[in-house]
Amino acid sequence: MPVTHSQAILNGERLALTRALTQVENNTAEGLEILEALFPHTGNAHLIGVTGAPGTGKSTLVNQLALTYRQSTDSSVPPRVAIVAVDPTSPFSGGALLGDRVRMQDLAGDPGIFIRSMASRGSLGGLAAATAGLVQVFDAAGFEIVIIETVGAGQAEVNIARLAHSTIVIEAPGLGDEIQTIKAGILEIADILVVNKSDKPGAENTLRGLRNMLTLAHPDGNHVNHHGQLMELDTDMDQTENGWIPYVLPTVATTGEGIPDLVNSLSEHYKYLKSSGIWQVREEKRLKNQLETLLGTALRSRWEKRISPDIYQAALAQVMKRELSPWRAVEKLILGAGL
Amino acid sequence: MGNSQSKIRVLIAKAGLDGHDRGAKVVARALRDAGMEVIYTGLRQTPEMITEAALQEDVHVVGLSILSGAHMTLVPKILKLLKEEGLDDTRLFLGGIIPDEDKPELTKLGVNGIYGPGTSTQTIIEDIQKACQ
Repeated sequence: MPVTHSQAILNGERLALTRALTQVENNTAEGLEILEALFPHTGNAHLIGVTGAPGTGKSTLVNQLALTYRQSTDSSVPPRVAIVAVDPTSPFSGGALLGDRVRMQDLAGDPGIFIRSMASRGSLGGLAAATAGLVQVFDAAGFEIVIIETVGAGQAEVNIARLAHSTIVIEAPGLGDEIQTIKAGILEIADILVVNKSDKPGAENTLRGLRNMLTLAHPDGNHVNHHGQLMELDTDMDQTENGWIPYVLPTVATTGEGIPDLVNSLSEHYKYLKSSGIWQVREEKRLKNQLETLLGTALRSRWEKRISPDIYQAALAQVMKRELSPWRAVEKLILGAGL
Repeated sequence: MGNSQSKIRVLIAKAGLDGHDRGAKVVARALRDAGMEVIYTGLRQTPEMITEAALQEDVHVVGLSILSGAHMTLVPKILKLLKEEGLDDTRLFLGGIIPDEDKPELTKLGVNGIYGPGTSTQTIIEDIQKACQ
């Protein structure tokens, strides 16, 4: 009996793995079949997200992180590391230049590392639509660590937090003042905050700014320091996952300085997730998110198949003439598709 | 996930020891603008590194830039390694300084296209698109 594609992946065949990643990325019928077969084997890998503004050193840090994992001395067998690196697709040509490997040359020749670059293909939020699928393939293939590097992110690319168990947000000195640290968005999703390029001037200020932000977000016990006075807060400390106070770590990714601390913090976070039950909560959120995305896409494509272009064009024309509101039009188009 | 979509994926690699990557970058950019997904690997890649990247990225095309004169050593080695990994269907394109007398042998070995200085990027784009049909 010939070995099935998914079995070959489980057996560790790299060619089968890489071809499967392509099928999943292209969202083909074969790709779906592979995901389906692999799904029972997923849920074991520690998924680590790495995000931050362009040029803060994400790829270089990922390079060091993978190197350190592969050299880790405490366990006898170092974990296998998969890296999914996402770069943006051009909105004009649909093409992409995927350059993250340039910073990951140190990882060449290690069979315990597998790097896959992917283009965002029009998705917003820092990831590609198929990133979660690729991660599941790596998870099933037995990679204990899967590092997901997002597109260079600004303030609102927070999808990585829904995919990863542990999210590292990278900052660099000189990118903004303290007001940036109290804005909503990317800093809020960090399990670990890294100030990379910490050998550059201004690193101390960035570190201090981030630490101050954390004191506000996670007051020590129920107390916060206000005008030198310790004041009691009556907030509900267990709002969400507030038992974990993010680390703020300085690193210099080009030399590897601070990376062992980062790896230790990641394994602490992993232990925390497991012991507090938050691992389960995040798994549930992640799968729910995936389910809802799939459901949304499926419903839309079913609708597209059922609606006649004439009805759609007629409704659009009516909206253009202000005879029909867009909200009424939506209702009409859903009914028109018999849904 | 929308409908299924596939893109031509190209690995652009600088093989060997020369450090001149302007040509490789110009080609990478042109292929990007033609709608391809281009994986750029940087300088001083060994045949083993190039093959490993081609496997991990599952590319249709490997575009090699060689200006050092070492093409008659590097190209056969890369083709052999690609075959060993089961990547027989990967097309290899070559750019750089390649003397005319070497071209027939390289073509015989399986190189799909060879481009010297002054080649229009449009020619390269069209050849790759044709090879990937």
